[in-house]
Parts: sequence; C-alpha cells; structure tokens
Amino acid sequence: MISAVLLLLLIAAVVIGPFIWRVSISDIDVVAGLQGPSLAHPFGTDDLGQDLLARMIYGGRISLAVGLAAMLVSVFVGTLIGALAGMSRGALGYALMWLTDLFLSLPQLPLLLMLIYLFRDGLKAVFGPEGGIFILIVLVIGGLRWMPVARLVRAQFLSLREKEFVEAARALGASPVRQVVRHILPNALGPVIIAGTIDVAAAIIAESTLSFLGLGFPPDTPTWGRILYDAKDFLDIGPHWALFPGGAIFIAVVAINFIGDGLRDALDARKVI
Amino acid sequence: MSQYILRRLMIAIPSLLGISLVLFFVLALAPGDPFSELATNPNVPPEVQAALRAKFGLDDPIYLRYLHWLAAMAQGDWGFSFVSRVDVDTLILQRLPTTLYVVGSSQLLALLIAIPVGVYAATRPYSLFDQLANTFAFIGFSLPTFFTGILFILIFSVKLDWLPFVYSSVPGSGIPWLLEMIRQAIMPVMVLGLFQAASMTRFVRSAMLDVIRLDYVTTARAKGLGQAKVIVKHVMRNAMIPVVTLIALQMPAVFGGAIVTEQIFRIPGIGSLLISSILANDTPVVMAVTFVFACLVVLFNLIADVLYGWLDPRISFR
Amino acid sequence: MFDKNLRGMIDDVKDGRMDRRAFVKRMIAVGLTAPMANQILAIGGVAMAQSPNPYKPTKRGGGGPLKLLWWQGPTLLNPHFATGTKDQDGSRIFYEPLASWDVDGHLNPILAAEIPSIQNGGLSADAKTVTWKLKPGVKWHDGKPLTADDLVFNWEYASDPATAAVSIETYSGLTVEKIDDLTIRITFKKPTPFWANAFVGAYGCIIPKHLFADYKGGKSREAPNNLKPVGTGPYKFVEFKPGDLIRGEINPDYHMANRPSFDTIEMKGGGDAVSAARAVIQTGEYDFAWNIQVEDEVLLRLEKGGKGKALFAVGGDIEFIAINFTDPNTEVDGERSSIKTKHPILSDPKVRQALALLVDRDSVKKAIYGRAGRTTANYLNGPEEFVSKNTKWEFSVEKASALLEQAGWKLGSDGIREKDGKKLKLLYQTSINGPRQKTQAIVKQACQKAGIDVELKSVVASVFFSSDVANPDTYAHFYADIEMFQIPMTQPDPALHMRRYHSRNIATKENKWQGPNFPRWANKEFDAAIDAADTETDPIKRADLYIKGNDLMWQDNVMIPVMHRLAVEASSNTLRPALSGWANQTDNLQDWYRES
Repeated sequence: MISAVLLLLLIAAVVIGPFIWRVSISDIDVVAGLQGPSLAHPFGTDDLGQDLLARMIYGGRISLAVGLAAMLVSVFVGTLIGALAGMSRGALGYALMWLTDLFLSLPQLPLLLMLIYLFRDGLKAVFGPEGGIFILIVLVIGGLRWMPVARLVRAQFLSLREKEFVEAARALGASPVRQVVRHILPNALGPVIIAGTIDVAAAIIAESTLSFLGLGFPPDTPTWGRILYDAKDFLDIGPHWALFPGGAIFIAVVAINFIGDGLRDALDARKVI
Repeated sequence: MSQYILRRLMIAIPSLLGISLVLFFVLALAPGDPFSELATNPNVPPEVQAALRAKFGLDDPIYLRYLHWLAAMAQGDWGFSFVSRVDVDTLILQRLPTTLYVVGSSQLLALLIAIPVGVYAATRPYSLFDQLANTFAFIGFSLPTFFTGILFILIFSVKLDWLPFVYSSVPGSGIPWLLEMIRQAIMPVMVLGLFQAASMTRFVRSAMLDVIRLDYVTTARAKGLGQAKVIVKHVMRNAMIPVVTLIALQMPAVFGGAIVTEQIFRIPGIGSLLISSILANDTPVVMAVTFVFACLVVLFNLIADVLYGWLDPRISFR
Repeated sequence: MFDKNLRGMIDDVKDGRMDRRAFVKRMIAVGLTAPMANQILAIGGVAMAQSPNPYKPTKRGGGGPLKLLWWQGPTLLNPHFATGTKDQDGSRIFYEPLASWDVDGHLNPILAAEIPSIQNGGLSADAKTVTWKLKPGVKWHDGKPLTADDLVFNWEYASDPATAAVSIETYSGLTVEKIDDLTIRITFKKPTPFWANAFVGAYGCIIPKHLFADYKGGKSREAPNNLKPVGTGPYKFVEFKPGDLIRGEINPDYHMANRPSFDTIEMKGGGDAVSAARAVIQTGEYDFAWNIQVEDEVLLRLEKGGKGKALFAVGGDIEFIAINFTDPNTEVDGERSSIKTKHPILSDPKVRQALALLVDRDSVKKAIYGRAGRTTANYLNGPEEFVSKNTKWEFSVEKASALLEQAGWKLGSDGIREKDGKKLKLLYQTSINGPRQKTQAIVKQACQKAGIDVELKSVVASVFFSSDVANPDTYAHFYADIEMFQIPMTQPDPALHMRRYHSRNIATKENKWQGPNFPRWANKEFDAAIDAADTETDPIKRADLYIKGNDLMWQDNVMIPVMHRLAVEASSNTLRPALSGWANQTDNLQDWYRES
C-alpha cells in the first residue's frame, strides 16, 4: 500500500514538478558548478552548474517511463516464450530454447551498433523522431533482457505442469490455455516479479548507455542513469550529485517490488498467513 | 535419461552452427574499424588505414568471411587479432585463469550469501531480518557496478588505504605473493559478488516462500519434524529449481568475464579483452570469445535441464 | 625588416659573434620558442644545439622499479605496426630511433653520433639528402652490433606494402643507402625542408635486421620477435601480455653513460583515466600515468595533499569544430556532403562567423580543460614560429545574433530563427568522450540563446574514426553540419598538419572518403600557399606561408578552434620524467630518474 503511494508520488513529482520548479535543465553557469544543496538549488548543481533538481525531474519522466515499459516488454516476452517452451513437448520447445540461447550469447554492444547502423534512418521515418525513439529504446532494452525470465518461467512450468492440481484440471478437461492461465502461471509468478523489479533498475541504467551510442535520446538529455554515470568520477568531490539519482532509482525499485508482491498475493489463493 | 542427453548433444551441433552464423553476421555488420586510432594521425594517410582493412580481408563479402572462419575453425585455427596481430587462442588462454579466479570467486561469494540469507529470510517473512535483507538487496541492484566499484575504491583504497585497486598480473611465487593475489582480488570480488548476491537473495527467498506454504510442508510439520529438517529436506530441494536456473544463467559469465568490473580494477580477464576488442572491431577475437560463450550457454542449459529432473523426478523429458 | 635582422643574427651565431643561447632568448622575446629558434639555426646553417635533459644519477641502475600506468595498454611491440601512440610507447621501451625530440623540441641524438647539419655535412643545401652517422659500439640486446645494414633494412621493411606497416608513409618517397658500416644517406625525391621524419621519433624506431630479415613482406605477422622485442633500448624485454602488461629489466650494456636509472620497468594497461590519476596522484600505487584526459577540477582536487601531481607539456594538438561546406542532406550520385553541393546554411560566411562567436572558449576551459588547454583563434598553434599573431576570437551572443539578422535569419515564434520558411537547425556530431559531450552542451546552449537549434549526436570512437566506406557515421563522410574532434601534431612541423586542407584532398565518394580534407573547403589562395611551403627551403618564408594558410582558414571560419590542448600526465612527486609536447611520453625514457 505504502509502495503504491510511493510510486504515485514519484510519478506525480516528475509530471507536475516542472510546473512548480521552473528552472531550466540546461542553463550552464560554470562558476556555480558542483555546489551542494542550497535554497537556489535544492539538489545542488553538477560540474557545469546545471540545476540537479530540474534535471532529476525532467530525467525522471524518461527514466520511469523507459524503466517500466522496458520491464513490461521483457517480462511479457520472457513469460510468453518461457510458457510456450515449458508447455511444449516437441520441436517448438527446442526452437524457443535455441532462440533464448542465441540471445544470451549475442554480445550486446556490437548488436546495438549494428541496429543503429542498419535501422536508424528507417526507424526514424517509421516512428517519427520523438515517440519513435522511445518505442525503439523500450523495444531494444526489453528485447535484450527477456532471456532470464524465459528460462525461469520454463523451469517453473516444467515442474508445475506435472503437479497434481494441474493434472486434476487436465483430467477435468481444462484446455491447455486454461491450465496455463488459471493454474500454472499464478504459481510461476514469483521469479517473474523479482526479475521484473531487477529489470526496472537495469533498464534505467541501460538507457544511459544507449544514449551514449547514439541510439537513445540525445546525449544532453538528463536521465537518472545518465546523471549517475556522469557523477561517478566526482563522487569524492560532489557526493550529492550521485546521491539523488541513486536514491531515486532505489525508491522506484522498492515501489515496483512491493506492487509486484501485492499483485502476486492477489492472484494466489494460498497467501502467507 | 542418457538417451535424452545424447539427443540434446546431437541437437547442440546444428544449433551452435546457427548461433555462430548469426554471431558472425552481427559482428561483421556492426560498424567500426580496428585501425581507427590511425585516423587523426597526420603521419599516417588514410590510404594506409584502407590498405590494412583490405589486407585483413575486412572488405570481402561477409558470407566469404564466414566460410573462411568456419573452415579455419574446423581445423582448430582461431585466427589472429587484427589489433595485436597475435593468435586469438594465445590471447584468450593468457587471460582465462584470471577471469576464472576473480569471477568464479565472486559467483561463489554470491551463492554463499544468497542461499543462507534468502532461506533464513523466507522462514521469517516480514521479520526485521527479512526487511533488512530486502533493503540491502534493493540497494544492491539499484546501484550499477560502475558506481559501487568507484565507491569501494574511494573507501578502501583512498580513504583507508587498506587495499590496492590496480590488479597486478606480475607473476611470482611464495606466500607474500599469494597473499597479495588474494588481497587485490577482494574489492572486485566483493563488488561483483554483492551485486549478484542482491538479486540472487531475492530469487531464493521468493522460491522458498512459494514452496514453504504448500500443503506437504504443513504436513511434514504436522508430523512433528523439526523446523530445520523441514526446511532443508522438504522445502529447499523443491525450491532449488529457479536457483539452479539462475546459476546456469550465470555460469557462462564465469568464463566470459565481467566487463565493467574488470575495467574498473584493471583485471586482465576475458571481459576486458572482449570490450577492447569490440570497441576496436577486432572481429576474430570477439567471435572467438562470444562463440565459446555460446557453447557454454548451451552446455549449462543442458546441465540445468538434467538437474531439474534430479530435483523434481516428476519432470519428464522425452 | 624582421626577416633581415634575423638573417644578420643567424650569421652572427654562425661566426661566433653571438651566443646561440642569446639568439634563442632574442627569438623567444619576439614570440618564437626555443625549438623553432633552433630549427631556424639548423637550416640557417648553424649546428643544432644538444640540450641534454637534466640527469642527476651518477651510476647506472639502483633506482628500483619504475611503475607506469597506461590506461590503454599497448597491444603490440613492433614499432612498425603501432596503430596508436600506446603501441609506440610500449615499443619505445626496447627499441630506439636515431634521434628523439627532447623537452625543448631539439633533436636529441639517441643512436646517432650527431645530429646532421650543414656544417657537419649531414644536410645538403638543396634539402634533398640527409647523412646520418651512427654511434659506434651500440649493441642489440642479444649482443650483435648495430650497423647501417639495420637501417637500410628498416626502410625496405616498412616501405614494402606487403609488410602492412603503419610507418609506410614515413619511409616512402625516399631511398636509404649504406655509405659505410656506420653511415647512411637518405635521398628524398623532392626537396624536403622537414627532413627529420624517417628514423626519428615514434615511427623512427629501428628493429634488428638479423631477427626480422626472414619476415619482411607477407610473412611479417609471423615473426616471433614481434612479441619478444630485441632492441637497443635502456631496458631489456622480460614479459608482454597484450593490452595488460609489459615488463623489462635494466640493460647493463646500454650505450649512454649512467643510464638508465631504474632496475626494472613495468607498464600496466587497462582501466580509465580518472582511476589512473588516482593511482598515481592520490594513492601512489604507481609512479606515472599517461594521457590523463580528466576534468581539471578533478585533478586539482586529487593533487591536494596527494602523492603526485599533473604535468603538462605544450605541443600543437588542436580540438576544433569543423564546418561542413557541402550539403549533408542532399544526395548527389549516391553521396551526401558531395562537393557538387553547397551547404544551404553554412555556405554563408556570416552564419559561420556567428557560429565562431558562439563558442564560449573561456567556459570550456574553465569547466573542462583548465590547465590542460589554452584558448586560441588559430588552427595552427605550434611550434611558435608558425603561430599567427593576426587572429583573434571572442564570445558574444549579441554580435552573433546581429550577424544572423543581417544574413536574413529572423527569430520565429518558437525562439528559433528562420529564413524563407526554413528553420536554422544544425546537426553537431562528435565522438563519445566525456569532455566532448560537455563541450557540446556548452556550445548548444549559446547557440540556443542566439536562436539556433542544435541537435547533438555522438558516435562511438571506433566508428567515428573508421575508414569503413559503407558507414555514414565517420568523420570523413561528415553527414552532419558541424563536427568536433582533435587532430594531434605528431612532430614540430606543420607540413602534414596543413596539407590536409588542400582542395585536391577533399573527401569524396570517388576517393572512398580517404581525402583528409573533411570540411570540403576549397580555397585557391590556401592551395598555393601550401604548395609553395612544401618545397620552400627558406625557413622564414616557409613559416610565413603556413601562417598565411592558418589565417585563410581563420578568415573563412573553416575550423572553429575550441582548445589548444596540452598533453597531461600524472607523475609521482619524486619522479623526474623527461617529457616533451613534441614527442611521445616514453621517447626520452633513458633520462628518467627518481629524486631521492
């Protein structure tokens, strides 16, 4: 409950924030660089003297949206492929596991560079510049992180599909889809939710690397991952710089996790007493 | 079962071939140049850079390059690095022991933390211990290793001056040298191990919770079995399936290295070789490392499947 | 006037009426630097001074270990294959050239008995031949003597295209012949005023004929000694792990007295620049770290109460924003940025001028480069005698806005200027590198204030600097409006540096974008000046020609210089490295010692 409030607060802050805190995200004032929190700059400034509160608010929109959306993509794709592979007893299962192995083996950096090289202009034309980049980032991050979920879900399915309650359902003539949705999946959700929370944090960090490669938002867009990355070399000089993005990612992770736990408890008949 | 393993191994060959084909095309299509450092050097005209590309066959059609690679590979020839002009297998073997030592230790550390903490936390859900363990886990995977690495350096090397942060690979012998090897591995192993432990703890706890509330556990308890015995004999074995999956997912990395951590602490492992080769578009090296990695991914997937059957005999493979 | 005085003074030095030191001082007073003054004397017929690096140790060895940190570790140890300075630095521990550029930019003899001059007959008046004499008694690490045959072999080896040597250009356009066992003569195909390229400095390192003779040409990669160097240098080879570690031990038969001072040497690779600076300045784990490209703010903090300090060496490296003179958005014959097009916005000199006014060099220096940068209006920043005094720069959003108004770009409702319904929008690309992204942010902000919309783009360095014909993201394709990077000056002479922008060198699809003139700027006056300078043997006229070239580039705003960059190194407080902005860091390694 608290967690849902926490996440809502975070979302509200980044959505309404710019209307209350009307400081530019890009105003450079090198004289006022690396200042700690003060009234003029509640979160302090970075080394170029840009206001960190404004940047955190602006970046939060992107980071939260990318983190949540990419997590949903990876969890959805992973669960789908894992479930299909877990239920299938034939060639489909092998094919899907091969696909998972392939994706696990692919080195990400060259793959991203290749995607940029081959598809950037085409994607820009299809999706349009702004919304297109968002969709692209979400698909790329989600598309490169679904494999652990798929393997976890498949492993759970292999075990669960032989359990008595599923057999009972099968004997009662439940269709495979019904078996999965009503009986197996709710019991396999545990690891999926954990993977989801980890993916939110990972996606927020991964986004900052993408913008470096020219695949994401332009390099001057302040996102939480990016601010944290920029701050790392100044950790002993201006610790506040890293504190705020690090803290924000942590709060987002905690909130998502508790929501996930709540979701599972709601779906699961046998609750922890 | 043995028949099943045999069949899986037979399938592994064409599937690895397929993976190698995709890998090669991705690497060959990824843009970049092993000789980009020459570009701004006024002493080296661009024709030299282009001539080197042509000489190393980078301008040949990709399918030809792949066939060359495959043919050489079949004879055990891994090719040579464009950047250092050294044979690829020499380069990899030079770095493998360090990666095995550092990444292996950190995985071990992660397991040693995650399993007891996760199990104990699951037996007392929402207790103070559980809450603390969860909070640390959340902090653990919210902070990327590039950040915690620097934090550790600042605390343990700069402030306290306890540990070195440049990993030295100077060969030596004797007890002092051995102690030094251990001392310099502490920080990277901690950074990597704690990061892995954070997520692993969450998975172990959740898997335990899933099982602990099943009827047969209650039955076992009702029979009057002790708490420890119930947990170890009845719960853990069944909760191990996700954990085995995760370990199987992590194992290839023990050989593949950890790019960020190796970079921060200057560990001469496979990860730092891989990233510098990727950045330099040194295809033979990247291809070799990723292909070995792919083999391990496939192998450990198979091992995990075999273990599932052992952990839960009802799982059947045909 | 200046010209005439100078000639008089050169004659005075020649005849001994004037001390050469006094001459150098006079030159410095009028704005030249010591290296150039010495070059003037050399070509004016006065033997070049040798200014040995200050060296205190009175015996060989005993200095303990020397621990170096190169955050990009050397990947190979054959100087002819060196793709980057890191490889040259690693090779230089074991291999040596005839002469190196020393701290003052003088040629300092290493394997040469003396520096060629007109007096000693080493240089010919027509600038077509150079005769080098080898120091007698120099031995390779395996005990074999160094002879003229080795030098001739190096020329044959490097200039053979099948060897795939990176130094091929250094050794082409000339022939090398043996005069006697210790003498060689280099003959250039055309007059070459700057003769000190082959066998000098980084690409001049000499490998032994007796170990490499069987591996010339196509078999060059198979030479076992590519990985186990046997040279003449101050340290003998012990161990090499590509990208990670090089170790060496003292060469007890080294050919210079009392050198080297250290007993062992270790060069560790990997990591990043910031932590390298920490390991030297803050914790003292290492003695020296190379190329510390770190915000000066960070360095200053590290130096407080630290165990080391940052060292700066002035060379001629220039970080700049280049302007595209052609249209990157129109395709002509399968090529964008084609020379057949004109840039729709930037071909207007007023817009280029406005852009130059919008680069806030002071803020860039303050926030990023600090002591490691000097603001400048010039593309050519050294050696001093080639530096123009006719140029100036300023930062003014007002003036830039006024210029844009004049050029017909009127402010739109969204704060972005437009003309004939077209928005004033520029794509600004560079390679991925912390300081560069910060510079982009500073420039973008000023442009926005003046009503220019700037889109930033950053490309991975290995892609940006690649010669991949098919990739549109390279600096040479220049499919952007403006782009920023650095061109280093590898020797104290501007010939190679300036020749790039000759109009015959424009990058096109036809030459596979190998033409080094990437801004695609064509100026007949510039071409004439550069052509004349290439064969001009009178040093003063030659310098004037290069200054003219620089001024033409400034007038046309081909390049907007961002920063004249200095080489930055981190060194422990007790180490006394011999560094030069005109040489690689290890080029004078034999002179390094530790203050006790």
